Amino acid sequence: MARMKFLCDADRCIECNACVTACKNEHEVPWGINRRRVVTINDGKPGERSVSMACMHCTDAPCQAVCPVNCFYTTADGVVLHSKDLCIGCGYCFYACPFGAPQYPKVGNFGSRGKMDKCTYCAGGPEKDGSQEEYEKYGANRLAEGKLPLCAEMCSTKSLLAGDGEIIAQIYKERVFKRGYGSGAWGWRTAYRETIAS
Amino acid sequence: MQVVLSRIGAIIGVLALGLLLAVAPPAAAQGVNSDGSVNPTASSVKEDQLFRELNRISGRCTIPDQKACTIEQPAGRDWRHFHEVTLRWIGGIAILGMLALLIFFYLARGMVRMEYGRSGRVLVRFSTFERLVHWMTASCFVILAITGLNITFGKPLLLPLLGPDTFTVWSQWAKYAHNYLSFPFTLGVVLIFLMWIAWNIPGKVDIEWLKEGGGIVGGRHPHAYRFNAGQKMIYWIVVLGGGAVAASGYLLMFPFYGTNIAGMQIAQVVHGVIAVLFVAAMLAHIYIGTLGMEGAFEGMWDGTVDVNWAKQHHDRWLEQEASKGHAAPPARRMQAAE
Repeated sequence: MARMKFLCDADRCIECNACVTACKNEHEVPWGINRRRVVTINDGKPGERSVSMACMHCTDAPCQAVCPVNCFYTTADGVVLHSKDLCIGCGYCFYACPFGAPQYPKVGNFGSRGKMDKCTYCAGGPEKDGSQEEYEKYGANRLAEGKLPLCAEMCSTKSLLAGDGEIIAQIYKERVFKRGYGSGAWGWRTAYRETIAS
Repeated sequence: MQVVLSRIGAIIGVLALGLLLAVAPPAAAQGVNSDGSVNPTASSVKEDQLFRELNRISGRCTIPDQKACTIEQPAGRDWRHFHEVTLRWIGGIAILGMLALLIFFYLARGMVRMEYGRSGRVLVRFSTFERLVHWMTASCFVILAITGLNITFGKPLLLPLLGPDTFTVWSQWAKYAHNYLSFPFTLGVVLIFLMWIAWNIPGKVDIEWLKEGGGIVGGRHPHAYRFNAGQKMIYWIVVLGGGAVAASGYLLMFPFYGTNIAGMQIAQVVHGVIAVLFVAAMLAHIYIGTLGMEGAFEGMWDGTVDVNWAKQHHDRWLEQEASKGHAAPPARRMQAAE
């Protein structure tokens, strides 16, 4: 089985936010929720870098560990998914997540955040693959159709890579070798406890 | 004039260039690879360097929710370890340890009896209002404790028994109960603080009481006013511990008002640790108020205690009450009952 990962090549990201828009459109994500976002570090200064970040589908995921009702599960492809039927909206996954991935539909006072929403790696949820129920709760299930996450598929500079971890790491290494530089795979050490030599 | 100015300008320019060259870093960091090609990474921000500075990486984002502008905060892993491992150990040791201690104590010492038996005469110990406040706080506390422990211990203990769907329904209701009952609980803590503060200032008599082991460990009966040193400790645990769980709890209930994600993690740590210690302390309070001591429970339930009970455990308070005419001195009846 593949081990699905995301890799953002920060030396290629041009902060066009198309990944963010594509994600929102593909999954009909409600207002106020951003499963993916682009953050610019040192904006406007020399050496600024933009990184597109979403759920990294961590190895030994912290959200899964802290969830008091065990609503998370990791698929055979290494994708971290959750059940909105089991989620009680306690907010703990957001405190544990290193990437700020979990989102809640409401402001959250009195514990009324609503059911957590996050990037599904375009892999839906526990419902039947491709069902209407799955689409309404989690959005499209592209992985079941043999497609990769849309954010990475349509990235204009191919900065954002999605797919089997070993393959995208190899692509990134070749890039770094050819062009002679690379600022590393952002978040990989935190999410997967490994780095790609740059 | 213009010539002079341009000369000065040129000199400054040369000096500045010289200065730049003098402090310039080695070739690799200048943005040029060994083969002469440009290396933009050399001057760019780097993940490692950002982690070293803050252990957190934030930037600018175009989303109104500014929490989204933090892309990495590995501190979540520490908090995870606290929540999944440390808190369970603290809670387990505190609560099970206290239960074991109380069971051992009950087997060794048994119920503290009224030495002189019942006199048959009673005096008022707690007014209706005091009892109302006590039981409002107590009932809220029991529900808050159970629903709170569910968040930490429910997953390993209850989830396998109930199954995921039932456990979610229970946990959802438990969460709402926990959130809303915090209000009457906090009110109770405030009222307890105000209505009993006058009798809970530590004094000389408390030192003696503690030296005597409260008369529970030893066989003697140290003097005590309305509340002995043990009860004063419970009072301050309720006031200070209750205040701390309430404050940290409201931070958790109104997330991100004046706190960032690190603040939320700290609030949860404070809330969790104090809460499990609070539960352990209250187990001791419940024990001594029911099984541990004959004649204690009726004081908080009916509001009155037997005069001989007061004589045995709160002699100075009985004297005070007697001098106010609230109770006749229990001189002969006490011996008669022997």
